[in-house]
Amino acid sequence: MYKQILARIRQGHRTIRFPKAVAPALPDRFRGRPCFDARLCRAECRAECRACSDACPVGAIDPLNKSIDLGKCIFCTDCMRACPGGAVAFSGDYRLAARSRRDLVITVDQETLILAQALDRRMKGLFGRSLKLRQVSAGGCGACEADVSVLGTIGWDWGRFGIQFVASPRHADGILVTGPVTKNMELALRKTWDAIPGPKIVIASGSCAIAGGPYAGHDQVLDGVESILPVDLYIPGCPPHPLTTLDGLLRLLGKIGRNGRVSRGD
Amino acid sequence: MTRARAGLAPIHNGNSIRLETIPTLGFGDFQDAILAAVGGGQRVCALFGAGTGKPDTTALYVVLADDAGNGLAAGRTEVAGSGFPSLTPRCPSVHLFEREIAEQFGIRAVGHPWFKPVRYSRSWTGRDAWDRPLPEAILPAVGDFYRVEGEQVHEVAVGPVHAGVIEPGHFRFQCHGEKVFHLEIALGYQHRGIEEAMERGPTARSIHYMETAAGDTTIGHATCYAQIVEAFSLTQKPARAQVLRGVALELERVANHVGDLGALSGDVGFLPTASFCGRIRGDFLNLTSLLCGNRFGRGFIRPGGVGFDVDRPLTDELSRRLHALERETADSINLLWDNQSVMARFEDTGPLSGETVVALGIVGPAARASGLMRDTRYDQPSGIYRFFQIPVSTCDSGDVFARAYVRWMEIQQSIAFIRSQLANLPPGETCAVPGALEPERLAVAINEGWRGEVCHVAITDKSGRFARYKIVDPSFHNWSGLAQALRDQEISDFPLCNKSFNLSYCGHDL
Repeated sequence: MYKQILARIRQGHRTIRFPKAVAPALPDRFRGRPCFDARLCRAECRAECRACSDACPVGAIDPLNKSIDLGKCIFCTDCMRACPGGAVAFSGDYRLAARSRRDLVITVDQETLILAQALDRRMKGLFGRSLKLRQVSAGGCGACEADVSVLGTIGWDWGRFGIQFVASPRHADGILVTGPVTKNMELALRKTWDAIPGPKIVIASGSCAIAGGPYAGHDQVLDGVESILPVDLYIPGCPPHPLTTLDGLLRLLGKIGRNGRVSRGD
Repeated sequence: MTRARAGLAPIHNGNSIRLETIPTLGFGDFQDAILAAVGGGQRVCALFGAGTGKPDTTALYVVLADDAGNGLAAGRTEVAGSGFPSLTPRCPSVHLFEREIAEQFGIRAVGHPWFKPVRYSRSWTGRDAWDRPLPEAILPAVGDFYRVEGEQVHEVAVGPVHAGVIEPGHFRFQCHGEKVFHLEIALGYQHRGIEEAMERGPTARSIHYMETAAGDTTIGHATCYAQIVEAFSLTQKPARAQVLRGVALELERVANHVGDLGALSGDVGFLPTASFCGRIRGDFLNLTSLLCGNRFGRGFIRPGGVGFDVDRPLTDELSRRLHALERETADSINLLWDNQSVMARFEDTGPLSGETVVALGIVGPAARASGLMRDTRYDQPSGIYRFFQIPVSTCDSGDVFARAYVRWMEIQQSIAFIRSQLANLPPGETCAVPGALEPERLAVAINEGWRGEVCHVAITDKSGRFARYKIVDPSFHNWSGLAQALRDQEISDFPLCNKSFNLSYCGHDL
């Protein structure tokens, strides 16, 4: 007992202060929102040069307008390394979650992303202070699963916002899906969804769940949750950083406003 | 040096040999060679089918590891027609390999004692080993399960969707009261067609398939893939890259082992270590993120070397954080061994005997916990492990405690290894550019991932493309070990036993 108390004192208080204080620093090499610099993307040959889109393993880049689909992007930097002009870069901006699939497509020189807006008043009233989620891995590689479950640990503690994973779909307000949705998981995912009482929400976590990730186009998968369920929140990444997920959920629940300000009264 | 048995071709880990140097044995001789090798203490690392270009003919390849002799050997045979006599009754460790060959190539393993699909998917050849009609969908885990009949015997079915944040799988328990007579595990829910998609590669996606084959073993699988490409293209990889790969592999091991010990602690209701380790695991992942910007090591391993170099400020930062984490980790984990209620739950739960480990070909910490000196960093070293040996950590009780304690010993060894390597990084380049892949060769790459042996075997065709790419995740060997460990245990101990193996579903299902 004495040793446990001593260890507890030594381990200290570890929960991050985000969102009330600034987010914890991410490493310099962290790859957040990608961006195109139109001046460096050679204007005269922009239509012809397809170095970035050819290098992209998942077809996330439109070769003509050079827009990047964050839903497909696996943040691998193959485009950045291929671009002769150095026009592609990955910023340190971890805020990536969006409410609409369209908002995940960023165009050349687009400065900011249209980040997730809060649920409507009724849904926010229901889930704003208590959101219980059932997680379903449908072909996930384990990385998305690991970095969403880490949010329950003392370092992140999303329980302080009322967010929690629950065992039974009957106790859940929504479903957080990882993986491209394998055909072998389709039925189980549908049954889990059907077992959740309405109103309920769907969160697609990671590029696999949004658009199939590296497995897009395989016969064995369905290229994302959207193929069978309506998605309310898209969280890009491979896997999404825990901070990206937390930021997205807090925006969905209206705890971080459009201007980034933290809402009071929670 | 190892002496390969008659009919088998010797091969070194991380090297390739010309296909023609592997003689095509008669089927009986092929099986006899496997039996003799396994009887002599060798292991089956991989046994898989491949196309031959001839109608109705499937090639079978085997890779055997002679751990005592530090060598590998490859063998080949051909199967004509729709079936082959199963070797499983005489060599249990090939049981799942034979089911996999049957599923992928549509040929029956005749006489296999438990002949069922592995991943519930269609074969690659149009034939079906179970004669399932084409238009009908194949549903996972649908079919017969082993059943125990009798008064008061009941069956418990769990999954595919489990209570926690965990991948899907189906578990069938045959119980008498609380006691488990038998557990059968049906997987395949995570099957996304990686091996099939690797054929005709390398493509732009190949490395990303490898990084997500088992997401928590990104470094382990990506390193094997890089070594396969380097072996085919005869690429000399820089020393600095090899050391950095080792550092990343050990960081992956430490992060996962710390996470597992925390989860084991949580499963027996001891919350201090569960809470501390949950946070500490994330901080080890953050060290990998310092290296390459991703907590799981995505982008770090690339054919030819590594994708990112480290400079002095970075190694200083890594060493500084490692130092603090080492103390916090010890503080947290040592609480387990001092706590009687934890030890009472860990000890004698889910024991796996050394004989079972050998018979089933179990690998990794699960094998070492049952007293086996089985660690490919030591037995089949590649890269940095050829120059710096990490002591092999073993226990002999084979129970949950042993699997936990082996992890704790390995955490300490790995941290010491990382520290010493960071202090002595060789100078020079970090990535060579691999050339074209040599045609018609076979390459083997084996690394000790945190769950155990990760084995990749690839064959190139006439144009230097992958004709076959075989991936064996340690979980492929070890799921049967978990099923055996549950026998005669309380069903309520399943979560604890399961966590003590912590196997990968996606690495098995591919």
